[in-house]
Amino acid sequence: MPSIAQKDALAALYLCMARIRAFENAAEILSQGGVSAYNKTADGSAKVRGPLHLSTGQEGVAAGVCAHLTPRDYLTSTHRGHGHTLAKGADLSRMMCELYGKATGFNGGKGGSMHIADFSVGMLGANGVVAAGLPIAVGAAHAQKLQGRSDITVCFFGDGAINRGPFLEALNWAQVHQLPVLFVCEDNRWSATTASGPMIAGDGASARALSLGIPALKVDGNDVRAVHAAAATLVGEVRAGGGPRLLHAITYRVKGHVSVDPAAYRDPAELQEALKTDPVARTRADYLGLPGATAAELDAIDQAAEVEVAAALAAAGAAPWPEASAAFTDIQDTGAGQWY
Amino acid sequence: MVLMSYAEAAVRAVAHEMQASHEVVVMGEDVGRGGIFGQYKGLLERFGAQRVIDTPISEAAILGAGVGMALAGLRPVVEMRVVDFALCGMDEIVNQAAKNRFMFGGQGRVPMLVRMPIGIWDASAAQHTQSFESWFAHLPGVVVVCPATPQDNYSLLRAALACGDPVVYMEHKTLWGQTGEVDETQVAVLGRAQTLRPGRHLTLVSWSKQVQVCAQACEQLAAEGIDVELIDLRTIWPWDREAVLASCARTGHLLVVHEAVQAAGFGAEIAATAAEAVGCKVARLGAPRIPVGYAPILEAQSRITAQQVVQAATALRARP
Repeated sequence: MPSIAQKDALAALYLCMARIRAFENAAEILSQGGVSAYNKTADGSAKVRGPLHLSTGQEGVAAGVCAHLTPRDYLTSTHRGHGHTLAKGADLSRMMCELYGKATGFNGGKGGSMHIADFSVGMLGANGVVAAGLPIAVGAAHAQKLQGRSDITVCFFGDGAINRGPFLEALNWAQVHQLPVLFVCEDNRWSATTASGPMIAGDGASARALSLGIPALKVDGNDVRAVHAAAATLVGEVRAGGGPRLLHAITYRVKGHVSVDPAAYRDPAELQEALKTDPVARTRADYLGLPGATAAELDAIDQAAEVEVAAALAAAGAAPWPEASAAFTDIQDTGAGQWY
Repeated sequence: MVLMSYAEAAVRAVAHEMQASHEVVVMGEDVGRGGIFGQYKGLLERFGAQRVIDTPISEAAILGAGVGMALAGLRPVVEMRVVDFALCGMDEIVNQAAKNRFMFGGQGRVPMLVRMPIGIWDASAAQHTQSFESWFAHLPGVVVVCPATPQDNYSLLRAALACGDPVVYMEHKTLWGQTGEVDETQVAVLGRAQTLRPGRHLTLVSWSKQVQVCAQACEQLAAEGIDVELIDLRTIWPWDREAVLASCARTGHLLVVHEAVQAAGFGAEIAATAAEAVGCKVARLGAPRIPVGYAPILEAQSRITAQQVVQAATALRARP
């Protein structure tokens, strides 16, 4: 890759990651006191309520994979899905509105953080159930194949998901039917508040995919260039009709399971070690190593992301709540009105 | 009008919708060979393996893939073989299919029809015999249908495939071979019950195969001077409270009979609604809360007989 193109591409990835980081940082602050958990009590004052699962520190996976997608490609995500959704092209302000529960959010306040979806960019929804997105992704990919479309489906899931049945069922299905789907295991090494390692037999997601004959690559998920390169290969193969592929990206969950979880169960040394590989910092360093790159360029990106998030917070704060009547819409047409 | 079986009626209803729209696809275990009950017979030959999709024994993936297909613009018909197996995919029905439209703020819809046959099937013991319509009636977001006749299996299946909502469609496993005249121009209205016989003294509400048992009971009761109005509910949710309550207001007595376990069964919901709205006398008759046993004498303990219906109706009429 010529150096100018390489520089521009890395700057684009950095921009994607910086926006996610700024979004997560703001959401983290606003969600304190938003849910009663971990010996804390919700006092009703938090702008962002309920369990909030942050993807801080995992930005490299979302950015590196989604760079290869178009709005026509489908994406399914997890409860830790803010990064995926932004990287897929969803509007940051409408996402923040949804976290606030406002009528202007993507889901009109009906879903919140765990169910954010933006069908206009092919984002078919985050999911509050571990591994639930896998079969849905397979179905979406099956539809793409039946409809003769050239688009593909990408399915993000965590390392915890590989111990659920739908993981096996979905991978098997995708391989049997040779579907255009890329499975991305975002291995952040924690399953809620339990370390994943002792809970996983064998060598994890990529080994399990290979056992079904699905080609898989394992990559350092905190190295966005490595993710980008591996995803380029796999997305290309899937688009070419090669059937399913799996990307196993090793990253780290910097925050607790939810934003109010101090992760007191974790060895602080483990976190300190992981922070040394922070993907945003690493990308910054990688970028500054390129000919002609300057810190000022990245500072401007950071600043723009902060400004964008500040504007989103203002918009979300000013936006109206949904009408109470919205609780009774979008449920079912047959029998609508018969609530008792 | 054409004479056909309950299974053939289903085949023809699905074929009609597949012919009308390429969005309709069928998938499940063994559907390519016509389904284990013949309820997909000939569809593979007619529509091809792309649209009549044989699947692994992966209920969660079948249902989840159905959700994904629906969100991507298809209208899948999903086969579960028996309702007991659908339990392996409850997350996909309860948390995904039923919730997606609402929780995504109306951005996506799940027009998926899930066929999950219910009912006691001879000597099939505890895991192939259950009737779970009340479980799904409890679930916002889905329609629940229990056809009792070949005509209804045709007409309700057509309506269910066209409605655009997720539908839990519960055929009865011992009705497949039953034949009847079917008018293929009739498409039912979901949520509309059918009054099978008018009567003045007592309203008898039932659905699925139990309607036949109730019809027998009506004959016996008529011989004893009790004139029963028999209503086949057909759709469990939304249920036709207008028809049921109007009948109850006339007769002053309501008996609901179903094959499912009586405790927390859907009969309780209907009886409570009628008692609140009309103030009529109400009674329920369902199976005892026991697993279905294998040996004939054990299995019989879970069956509702016409004699039991007669006794329940007589007791209700005699209640002061």
